[in-house]
Amino acid sequence: MFYREAGDFKTSYSADQQTFPIAFDRWAFWLLIAFAFFVVPFVINDYWEKSVLIPFLVFAMAALGLNILTGYCGQLSLGTGGFMAVGAYACYKLMTGFPDMNLFIVVILSGGITASVGMIFGIPSLRIKGFYLAVATLAAQFFLVWLFNKMPWFYNYSATGMITAPERFMFGVAVTGPNAPPWATYLFCLTIVFIFAWIARNLTRGHVGRSWMAIRDMDIAAEIIGVRPLKTKLTAFAVSSFYIGIAGALFFALYLGAVEPTEAFGINQSFLVLFMIIIGGLGSIFGSFAGAAFLTLMPVLLKNIMVGGLGWPTDLAAHLEFILVGGLIVFFLIVEPHGFAQLWRIAKEKLRLWPFPY
Amino acid sequence: MSPLVLNTIEVILNGLMAGVMYSLVALGFVLIFKASGIFNYAQGVMALFAALTLVGFQTGQVPFAHLINAIFGTELHHWSGGFHDFIAIGLTMLVMIGFAFLVERIVLKHLVNQEPIILFMATIGLAYFMEGFGDLMWGADIKALEIGIPSGGSFWWEEVTRTWAAEGSDYYGMYIDLLDVWAAMIAIIMVVVLTLFSQYTKTGRALRAVADDHQAALSVGISLRTIWVIVWSISGFVALVAGVMWGSKSGVQFSLSFIALKALPVLILGGFTSIPGAIIGGLIIGVGEKLFEFGVGPLIGGATENWFAYVLALFFLMFRPQGLFGERIIERV
Repeated sequence: MFYREAGDFKTSYSADQQTFPIAFDRWAFWLLIAFAFFVVPFVINDYWEKSVLIPFLVFAMAALGLNILTGYCGQLSLGTGGFMAVGAYACYKLMTGFPDMNLFIVVILSGGITASVGMIFGIPSLRIKGFYLAVATLAAQFFLVWLFNKMPWFYNYSATGMITAPERFMFGVAVTGPNAPPWATYLFCLTIVFIFAWIARNLTRGHVGRSWMAIRDMDIAAEIIGVRPLKTKLTAFAVSSFYIGIAGALFFALYLGAVEPTEAFGINQSFLVLFMIIIGGLGSIFGSFAGAAFLTLMPVLLKNIMVGGLGWPTDLAAHLEFILVGGLIVFFLIVEPHGFAQLWRIAKEKLRLWPFPY
Repeated sequence: MSPLVLNTIEVILNGLMAGVMYSLVALGFVLIFKASGIFNYAQGVMALFAALTLVGFQTGQVPFAHLINAIFGTELHHWSGGFHDFIAIGLTMLVMIGFAFLVERIVLKHLVNQEPIILFMATIGLAYFMEGFGDLMWGADIKALEIGIPSGGSFWWEEVTRTWAAEGSDYYGMYIDLLDVWAAMIAIIMVVVLTLFSQYTKTGRALRAVADDHQAALSVGISLRTIWVIVWSISGFVALVAGVMWGSKSGVQFSLSFIALKALPVLILGGFTSIPGAIIGGLIIGVGEKLFEFGVGPLIGGATENWFAYVLALFFLMFRPQGLFGERIIERV
């Protein structure tokens, strides 16, 4: 009854083009944001931060990045793990090389470095398409992880070959390192993800996003109507790697604290992010968040139910998780290839008409 | 001959053997891609699953023992001494055929006419599902697979090659694993049999007809769904062979599923639609990465096998996007 457009008159074009045309949506969105910024930091504890909220935010960021490349520009990439590693190592080198630099700037710069690496690996996409491109991005995945394992300069010649995030402060509060309070880490992460999700949303509905989608839908036709494939594909690779690089930096500095490239940024990470955007919805900002939420929360939930509730061994829970994830991906591709985002759209359509069928 | 030349020859020979192992996996990909246009990422996991099932039947494990124990609090693990090797292989093949049937029924039927990318992602989902399912069914521990294929170095070859070296040099002969030689022979037999099958049998012709044009094949009375079951069964068989070979080489374990990733550059080099291409691509990749590791590897820190194949494929793609033997890609608006 309250979910209606009726009575909500738009008097300008910008009001007509807004992301949430229905007043109820706008209110719900801002309430959610206010809740995330002003309530959660006061009630957050270590468990919620480390195993639920931070992984969700980090993977939402990575999923946003991959969704820009795969969902909006149609270039299938399996190199997400490798690009996250670039972000993490760039962040580490900047943090240790310039101890006084503001952490926010460090994270943005690591995104920038990843963007340039991503553009280099994006060059083949001009000639290679589809699966072939997926294999080409695998080259990035394996080469980059190998590079970070073998070149001691990247991990500052540490004996273990691992990189550890030093303690850094924002406004006098530790954000990284073992002594950082959960709320500070969470707020830092949330702020970055919020800003960049907002930018992504506006990029994808503007000129840049439209040329990405033109290339995705049919690249030859797009070329004929005047979209430049070189510029478009490379910007998609750059923006996508920028996001993934930031996700990698957050993953390393805020979430894990100490990483070793083969484990943390392996091919499984690439697949995980790919699954997030498939389940969430290709070509949708909301979908990136929904997919990331689903795939980070489901294992926690399963573990709590099966290991905590039923007392099953953990390896059994891990196997069942594989089965569930795989089964769900096939299920979603068959029933709803556009993922949660489409389900949400359908639900909204139904809500607007409720209680009438038409 | 000087030891360096002999060492290089040894590296090339071992590269060829490794390449054959990659080709074994790549073959399964090519078969499915030709018949249905599906890029089956699950091929590697199928090999793992087949090997797990074979070991399970051989040693007489109780399927899902772990799950049953967890739910009912029982202590099941093995029911008896297990089956004879041949019976176990036969039973595993039956399981793979059943799997092919289920995949067609549950997954492929609903995804006809979807974009190739969607189908590819569906097979990734399938791969995850099978990985979890195989582990749940048979347990995730590393198992030894033993079906009587000889393994270990060949002493005869070592003796022969020792005489090639110059007098007085301390060269100890080449090392060649007998298992690899067997794998190479089996791969050659399989390629010959598969080629004969697709050229001279009725089913084989139907397969090729479907590969050429789905609709035309349907209109002359070929049942697509039956063909798909047959193709997935055949690639299940190829997966079984690959699983047996890889399993006896390095044990049946989780990492076996990653050989699918190694088969990708092989396919790219050879082209997705060519059986000889899969073999030659495998040989090029095998020799290439072994030679690179031998020649350049020590200078830049080693372990280059992890990425060399992909980078090689990447450079190759820049010049010939359809692979060595693939059909030319023609795009229309």
